[in-house]
Amino acid sequence: MAEAKTFARALGGEGGWSVEAYLQAGGYRAARKALGEMTPAAVLDEVKKANLRGRGGAGFPAGLKWGFVPAKTDKPKYLCVNADEGEPGTFKDRYILGHDPHLLIEGTLIAAFAVGIHRAFVYIRGEYENIARRLEAALAEAYERAFLGPDVFGSGFALDLRVHRGAGSYICGEETALLESLEGKRGHPRLKPPFPASVGLFGAPTVINNVETLANVPGIILNGAAWFTDQGLPTDGGTRLFGVSGAVARPGVYELPVGTTLRDIIFTHAGGMLPGRRLKAVIPGGLSSPILRADELDLPMCCDALVRAGSMLGSGAVIVIDDRTPILDVLLRVARFYAHESCGQCTPCRLGTAWIRKVVERMASGGGRPGDVDELARLASGVKGRTLCPMGDAAAMPVLGIIQKFRPELEGATCRP
Amino acid sequence: MKAVFSADLRRRVEDLAAKYPSKSAALLPVLHLVQAESGFIGPDEEESVAALLGTTPLEVREVVTFYTMFRRKPVGRYHLQVCRNVSCSLLGGDAILDYVRKKLGLNVGETSADGRFTLNTVECLGACEQAPCLMVNFDHYGNLTENRVDEILGELA
Repeated sequence: MAEAKTFARALGGEGGWSVEAYLQAGGYRAARKALGEMTPAAVLDEVKKANLRGRGGAGFPAGLKWGFVPAKTDKPKYLCVNADEGEPGTFKDRYILGHDPHLLIEGTLIAAFAVGIHRAFVYIRGEYENIARRLEAALAEAYERAFLGPDVFGSGFALDLRVHRGAGSYICGEETALLESLEGKRGHPRLKPPFPASVGLFGAPTVINNVETLANVPGIILNGAAWFTDQGLPTDGGTRLFGVSGAVARPGVYELPVGTTLRDIIFTHAGGMLPGRRLKAVIPGGLSSPILRADELDLPMCCDALVRAGSMLGSGAVIVIDDRTPILDVLLRVARFYAHESCGQCTPCRLGTAWIRKVVERMASGGGRPGDVDELARLASGVKGRTLCPMGDAAAMPVLGIIQKFRPELEGATCRP
Repeated sequence: MKAVFSADLRRRVEDLAAKYPSKSAALLPVLHLVQAESGFIGPDEEESVAALLGTTPLEVREVVTFYTMFRRKPVGRYHLQVCRNVSCSLLGGDAILDYVRKKLGLNVGETSADGRFTLNTVECLGACEQAPCLMVNFDHYGNLTENRVDEILGELA
């Protein structure tokens, strides 16, 4: 396995975020190579060969996504960088945005060149105000040196890239809700199809990629697709930024090859459990990913293995739960969160998440009744697969997962005298 | 009645609007600016923003009420938001919230009589490696303990 790492600078925080530091570390060489020596088709081909899978949650290959945008259109095409990072447990993109913003700018530039896009936005969650300022300062540096603007590197290629701040809404991480929000509206997801690649921002063809996904692009262009697939797994290459939080000794972001086991991530890299605590469960890919038990730690962290285990890699946010924590308490946070964040557009999600919260809050306050667990399963099943956007599934899956893996404990909690 | 915005704010709104293919797309950034100047976004501010961006007060209100960061009422000078999601709760987020409540003598959602503090809970702030965490206005504070909370509040006082 190759030793090269894409995000080491951001994680170490060494060198700083300035354009000088980035150039000194070899920055913008990949973009110069793409714009100066390659055709857009060759760039697209390289990213397709690398099979770079989306780092935001769905794991969809970025090259395929780019390929769906029509080459010929009479409308302006757009690129949106999804920096909404709202999935609870997730904080990895903050490191890239705050410590290595030029890596993201360079990746965005290469993606825009590959798809023939001249206008792009970074949609950043509203709570990251201080980080948005840092990113804006980095953009100003890039404009100053003609790494962005009407004539990038003197190549004739133009790219306008701007920051757009959200205002506190989980659903705006869903790509069509993000587009609505960027247009100045409520974040109500759109019916698909049409997909954003054909009808996206302002009705024009649009690519939407996660921050970490785009930050992987310069490495692929500079070193080739084989370098990327050599790290990680052949079908799911590269490294991932695993954000580990919860009851571990060293919470933080760890850049590790795709396919590293959960056990390695938690016990080798994150320092194991906090003193006196034992591992009870792990949420492997952000709050919406179904929970795993302590006996499932040898799973390789890649998109396909997690799906086979009934969960998902999602955003790679590993939340480690210890034996002091009642599972009902985890369920309570899950239930409150999704009820709070449902946009209200689809009835099953709006009402289902509200009813799930009511039942769980009653259970948590000691008013559980026999049959509550079955009722929760029935409610969650009534949300799953019945909504316009994936949030219905995101709300239902963790509830069903907790019931499946911890039913006896939950039932014990409801039968408390 | 329309709120009267400063000349500086009006200019910044116009600059923002010019950066988007359609003026109304600047609504979120414009509302952030208005809230920073006025402290909140009431009906008067909605009307003025609508006029500046060529949209309707109703459309502005839809947006203001949809996004949790937009406020329809003033908050204290220091707006404390304590995370209540899983990563923070695993490391004592609830106890921190209780401590802040007692220390400030405020329930969640309340503002102190002197207008200095407002206390709220918030969903995941994206700083889970520093759990438990809270935000004061736009500044993040992590790895909270009771002593650390004392220090933070002491600095604000």
